[in-house]
Order: sequence, then C-alpha cells, then structure tokens
Amino acid sequence: MEGDIAQMGAFIGAGLASIGMGGAAVGVGNVVGNFLSGALRNPSAAAGQTATMFIGIAFAEALGIFSFLVALLLMFAV
Amino acid sequence: MSTEAHGEEAAGLVFHPMDQFMVKPLFGGETLNWYTLSNATLWMGLTVVAIIALLVFGSRGRAIIPSRIQSIGELAYGFIHKMVEDVAGKDGLRYFPYIMTLFLFILFSNVLGLLPLAFTPTSHIAVTAVLAMLVFLSVTLIGFYKHGLGFLSLFWISSAPLALRPILALIEVISYFVRPVSHSIRLAGNMMAGHAVIKVFAAFAPLVLISTGVGLAVTPLSIMAITAIYALEVMVAFIQAYVFTILTCVYLKDALHPHH
Repeated sequence: MEGDIAQMGAFIGAGLASIGMGGAAVGVGNVVGNFLSGALRNPSAAAGQTATMFIGIAFAEALGIFSFLVALLLMFAV
Repeated sequence: MSTEAHGEEAAGLVFHPMDQFMVKPLFGGETLNWYTLSNATLWMGLTVVAIIALLVFGSRGRAIIPSRIQSIGELAYGFIHKMVEDVAGKDGLRYFPYIMTLFLFILFSNVLGLLPLAFTPTSHIAVTAVLAMLVFLSVTLIGFYKHGLGFLSLFWISSAPLALRPILALIEVISYFVRPVSHSIRLAGNMMAGHAVIKVFAAFAPLVLISTGVGLAVTPLSIMAITAIYALEVMVAFIQAYVFTILTCVYLKDALHPHH
C-alpha cells in the first residue's frame, strides 16, 4: 500500500513535470516569432541571422527537455 | 525501464513505448559486457559505414559536373565549412575535421535510427554525454592552451558595472559547467521523445481490430498522426545534428576569443 502511494506520487510528479513543456513552447515561439517579425522588416539581413535563431531555439528548448528528463527520472529511476 | 513482460496479448499488440530503446545483445544471451556486440554496436557501425561510403563514393569521381552522390558530399562539406567559418571565425577552421565528424556521425545515426525496427544510438544519454564531454574538455583545454589564465576573462565581463561583475562571474561559471549537461540531454531527449511519441500512436493504430466502433475513428487518425510526426522527426533529426554542431562552434569561439 505504501509503495502504491509512492508510485502514485511519482506518476503525479511526472505529469506535473510535463507542464514545463509549455514554457519551452512559449520560449521557442517567442524566439521564432521575433525572428520572423524582424526578418520581414529587413529580409536582406535575415539569412545571416538564422544560425543565431537556431542557437536561441536550442537554449529555450533545452529547459523544456530538462522537464522531460525529470518526468523520465520520476517514472523509471525513483 | 520497467521489468514487466510486454508482448502479444489476446487484445492485440501491446508494447511499451520505451521498449525500443533497450540495448540487447545481437546474438542471443542476456548479459551485456563491454565486448558484447549489441544493437547499439550494430547501428553505430552502420552509421560509420554509411558515412565512409558517402565520402568515398562522393570523392572518387572528382567530376566537374558532379554526380548525385558527389553533390551530396560537397554539399555537406561546404555547409559545415561555412558554419565553422561564420560562427567560430577563420582560426576555428583548424578544428573543422572534428566538427565535420561530429555532424556527420550525429546526422547519420539520427536518420538511420528513423528506419523501422532500427535503433538510434543518439537516443541514449550515454552516447551523447561522451560526445558532449569530449567537446567540453577539448574546448576548455584549447582555451587554456591558447590564452593561459587569460581564458578566465571569459567569466569576468568587463563591460558590466564593477559591482555586478562578481555575481555575473558566478552565473557565467555555473552556465559554463551546465553546458555539457544541456548539450547532451538536448540531443538524447529530442531523439527519445520523438521516437516514443511515434510508438504511442502506433499503439493506438490497431484499435480497429478490437472495437469497430471507436476504432474506425481512431485508427485512421493515429496512422495520419504517425505519418505527420515521422515527417517532423526527419526534420528534427537534421536540426538536432545542426544545433549540436553549431553549439560546438559557439563554444569553440568562446575558447578562441574569450575577451568580451
């Protein structure tokens, strides 16, 4: 019975951890949206900045992946 | 991973979405030793064979009007060469072979892992952590070798107000040491999550065999979802290889030019 409650806690925690994905979604959307609005104002400068956009996406997305990792740890390691 | 028995049951195919990431010995047996040939070994070997084949067949003809495979080889070479030059600068080109190797290995193991029944080596943190630690260690060593203790000025931001600098230095040091963690987990997490999502939809796909009521709606939807996510995964496989290499270039630039 006690093990069941601990497992239930782990499952609830894993579900809560996946809320973090929403934050990553907001972050990535922000980066790409701002890039697009800048790129449409000055299309000639856009090509040189795509690498920077991808670096920004990678940093924003890493934090979402961390929440995925927390969920995995709760499901399989705890 | 969970230890319950997964397999065929009376109600159709039931499998665990994480089962595909299990490392199994190739030729039977249960135990995995360091010398055991496993499916990870097989797919890493296939990755290396595919890269060698691309570059050998691509550079054999040396035609002025390139064949298809030569075009692909030249495209890959030029793409990485330009990326290293743009991000890390001219003096970063000395490290171009290493970065090209990283890119091709990650790209090919991501793409080969998308084949049905394949195993993706890059979906394991054990693989990506080694790649990321090698990048981290070599970049740190290059920084200290080129600049000596002057490399530490990377953490001392001279454009900030003096009162803020110690706090910023602390934050910079922490973010420097988190780099290999996020570098490796980003790649492994992306590959693992995408493959697991495909498997989750694949578990819904045979529902029509069980109940013709709900199944008639769910089965076509999940098959369409698998197709869409598969297309997304092809893109992610490329983008993650690109992101891994471009971050390597950024870290290399920090090591070569640490002064703000």
